[in-house]
Amino acid sequence: MAEKRTYEVVFIINPDAEDAEVMRLTEAVQKIITDQGGSITKTEMMGKRQLAYEINHKRDGIYVLLEVDGSGAEIAELERRMRVNDRILRYMTVRVDEDRRRADKLKNRRARKAERRPTAGKPKAQAVEGDEAEAEAAA
Amino acid sequence: MSTNFDERDSAYGFEREYERAGMPGRAPRRMQRRKICRFCIDKVDYIDFKDVKLLQSYTPERGKILPRRISGVCAIHQRMLAEAIKRARNIAFLPYAAD
Repeated sequence: MAEKRTYEVVFIINPDAEDAEVMRLTEAVQKIITDQGGSITKTEMMGKRQLAYEINHKRDGIYVLLEVDGSGAEIAELERRMRVNDRILRYMTVRVDEDRRRADKLKNRRARKAERRPTAGKPKAQAVEGDEAEAEAAA
Repeated sequence: MSTNFDERDSAYGFEREYERAGMPGRAPRRMQRRKICRFCIDKVDYIDFKDVKLLQSYTPERGKILPRRISGVCAIHQRMLAEAIKRARNIAFLPYAAD
């Protein structure tokens, strides 16, 4: 449980909220996380954008993205708070550390493959790469 | 047979890359062609659910996920793509169903 996890939290704020209120809400969210022992590595205000479908009869919303490091306890607390907050239309938390580890693994594997085959760099190298993946899938 | 496939492609407006397109001297049986995964060519390791532009190109008008038999995406990347599209739907980046 002591392991460190990385999460991406996206939440959508009611489009009627003033800029000051958006700031206030975001800071409140950040505070919940730091109070629970998590740390925020990135905050991105994605601004107002159109929703792909209506949520609570709203057609657009203000998106905020956070990147959080922590144990998972602060996410549980955060989600509990966001669920009861009616200014937050929707939230979603995605655990990204596992996905990133997997991406690194894929990258390393590709690097090793390229090393083993020094013919890479020929103009046809790209097409060969694609073929290989398919051949693997077929095998 | 092959014309059938052509029609379906154009219905989706999706471009494909053919390995031996226009190769002369081939027997006129089935056209030998190879769809190539765009993500493999670009060496993509992770498909982000926030990349709405990219995801939209794999969800035709109805908002469904484009099957890989049409887009030519490899199995690994199709899985990543499907996951990303489903996440994007959850936070209203993409529609669940469009009409």
